[in-house]
Amino acid sequence: MDHQVLTTVLFLSVVALTIGITFWASRQTSGSDDFYAGGRSFSGFQNGLAIGGDYMSAASFLGISGAIALSGYDGFLYSIGFLVAWLVALLLVAEMLRNSGRYTMADQLAYRMKQRPVRLAAATSTVVVSIFYLLAQMVGAGTLVALLLGVDSQAVKNLVIFGVGLLMVFYVTVGGMKGTTWVQIVKAVLLMAGSALIVVLVLVKFNFNLSELLGTAASNSGAGQAFLEPGLKYGVSMTSKIDFLSLGIALVLGTAGLPHILIRFYTVPTSRDARKSVLWAIGLIGVFYLFTLVLGFGAAALLTGDAKAQVVTSKGNLASPLLAEAVGGGAGSTGGAILLALIAAVAFATILAVVAGLTLTSSASVAHDVYNNVFKKGTATEKEEIRVTRIAAFTIGLIAILLAIPAQNLNIAFLVALAFAVAASANLPAIVYNMFWRRFNTRGATWSIYGGLASSLLLVFFSPVMSGKGVIDGVNQSLLPASIDISWFPLENPGIVSIPLGFLFGYLGTISRREPEAEDRFTELEVRALTGAGSEKAVIH
Amino acid sequence: MTSDVSPHTQSERSDPLYDELAATADFKELRKLYRGFVFPATVAFLSWYLLFVILSNWAHDFMSTRLVGNINVALVFGLLQFATTFGLAYLYSRFSNAKLDPLARKLNDQYEKDR
Repeated sequence: MDHQVLTTVLFLSVVALTIGITFWASRQTSGSDDFYAGGRSFSGFQNGLAIGGDYMSAASFLGISGAIALSGYDGFLYSIGFLVAWLVALLLVAEMLRNSGRYTMADQLAYRMKQRPVRLAAATSTVVVSIFYLLAQMVGAGTLVALLLGVDSQAVKNLVIFGVGLLMVFYVTVGGMKGTTWVQIVKAVLLMAGSALIVVLVLVKFNFNLSELLGTAASNSGAGQAFLEPGLKYGVSMTSKIDFLSLGIALVLGTAGLPHILIRFYTVPTSRDARKSVLWAIGLIGVFYLFTLVLGFGAAALLTGDAKAQVVTSKGNLASPLLAEAVGGGAGSTGGAILLALIAAVAFATILAVVAGLTLTSSASVAHDVYNNVFKKGTATEKEEIRVTRIAAFTIGLIAILLAIPAQNLNIAFLVALAFAVAASANLPAIVYNMFWRRFNTRGATWSIYGGLASSLLLVFFSPVMSGKGVIDGVNQSLLPASIDISWFPLENPGIVSIPLGFLFGYLGTISRREPEAEDRFTELEVRALTGAGSEKAVIH
Repeated sequence: MTSDVSPHTQSERSDPLYDELAATADFKELRKLYRGFVFPATVAFLSWYLLFVILSNWAHDFMSTRLVGNINVALVFGLLQFATTFGLAYLYSRFSNAKLDPLARKLNDQYEKDR
C-alpha cells in the first residue's frame, strides 16, 4: 500500500475512534458532575492512565526526544524535571484538592476566600496557562501532518491546526469530562505501546547495549563525548547556565499548578483514589520518560542525511516519527512507511487527547468561575453553565488557532516549559499557601495569581524568545520580526525570577491586610482536606 | 471592606462540626503525621533535584566522569532521580495507607454520623 494512503487511513481511524468515544460518552452524561468531573466515578487506575494521557503531551513525545536528539544530555533535564514534579502533586496537592474542590482550580481557593475576586483571578490564569499549552500541541500537529503528507506548505499546516481546533471543540462540547477522560485513557495505552515498540526496535539494533547506543549517538551527533555530558546547549555562558537552572525550577514546580492536571483529581470518588491515580501516573510517566531517553539518543544515533537535516529544521519535533521510519527500514521501505504512519497516528492521538483536556479545563473555568460565580453570583442553572462552557470552548479554540499559526518555529517542549513557568508562578503559590497558611487571604491570593502571571508573561515578552535572537541560517530565531528588538531580560525561561515573585506577592498581599473570615474558614478547609469529611461524592447512575 | 456580606461574597460556614473535629486528638495526630512526613520529604526531594541541576551546570568535569563505557556520572545521576521519585512515591503511599488513612476514615465516619 502506498504510504500516504496508509498514513491517511491510520489518522482517520484515530479521529474516528475518538469521535466514537465522544458520542458514546455524551450519552452517559447527564449533569454538571458528569460533564465537568466525569461523575467522579473513575477508578484510581483509570484516572492514572488518563493523567498520563493528559500529561504525556506532544511536548513529551515529540519535544523531549527532539531536544535530546539535538542537544544530547541537556534535553534529558526535561524528562527528569517533568517526572520529579509529580512528587509535589502527590505530597502536597492531589488529595487535599480532591477533598476541597468541585470542578475547577478556583473552587479550592473560593472555599475560604471572597468568591468573586479569587475566582476571576484563578480563571484568568487557568485560561492563560491552558492557551500556552494548547499552542504547543497545535504546533506539533501542524508539523506532524505536514511531514506525513510530504508537503512543507504553510497552508496545509494552518489547515491542520484549524482541523485540530475544530475537533477539540467537538470533544469538549459533546463528550464533556467523560469523553475527554476516555480519549486520554485510549491515547495513553496507544502511546505507551507505540513508543515501547520503537524503543525495543532501537535497542535491538544495539543488542540492548546502552553504552553502544550512546557512543553511536555521540559520534553521529558531531559533538563527540560532549553530547553525553551536561552543558552542550546550556553550558556556553553564565546566562545560559542560569537559564538551565530556571528551566529546571519551572519544570519541577509547574506540574502541580497546571489546571488541566488539577481538575483530573476531581474525577475519582475519594482522595485515596486521587492518591492512587497519582501513583499510577508516576509509574507510567516515569517509564515513558525512560523511553524518551532511548528515543532521543536513538534518533541522534540512527538518523543521517536528509532525516537528520529534517530533525534540525523542525527544532527536533520530528525526531521520534523519523526514528520510527528509520528503525522500520528507512525512508522508502514498506516497514519504514508503516512505522512512520503508526507513530505519527499515535502522536496525533496524543495531541487530540491533550487539547481536549486543556479546552475542557479552561472553558469549564470560564463558565463555572466567571459566568456563574462572578456574573450570576452562583445563581446560574446547570444547563446555563454547561451552555456557557460550550460557547467558551468555541472561543478558546478560535484563540488557540489564531495564536498557533505564528508560533510554528518553536520547539514544543520549550513552549510547554513556558506554560510550566507561568503555572508555577501564578497558581502554585496560591494553592500551597491556601492549604498550609492560615493567615492567607483574598488579597494574598489575587496578588500572587496576578503578580505571578504578570511577571512571568512580561519577562517572556521581553526575553529572547520574543525578540533579539537575530537571524541564523536565514531563519528568524525569535517570534517578532527580526527588525524589532525589545529584549532586555536575558533568560528564555522566566521561572527563576517569576516563581519567587509569585510567592512574594502572595506573602505581601496577605500580611498587608487581615481577613478574619478567611482565617476562620481555614480550620474547616483543613479538616475537610485531610479527612474528606463533606467532600463531593461520586455520582451513582 | 471585609464586612461586606452579600450572600455570595464568601462561602457560608457550613458546619460547626468541623471545629469539633479539628479539636479532637485524632485530628491533631493526623495533621502532625501528615505534615511531619510531607514537609521534610518535599525539602529532601527538591534539594536532591536542585543538586542534580546545579551539578550539571557547575560541576561539568565531575558529571562527565565515565563509569562504564559511555555511561557517565551525569546519566547515572539522572537515572537516580527516577529511582528516588519512584521510591518516595512508594514510601508515601505505604505511610499514608498505614498511618493517615485509618485516622482520616475514623474522622470522616464521625462527621457522617454527627451530621
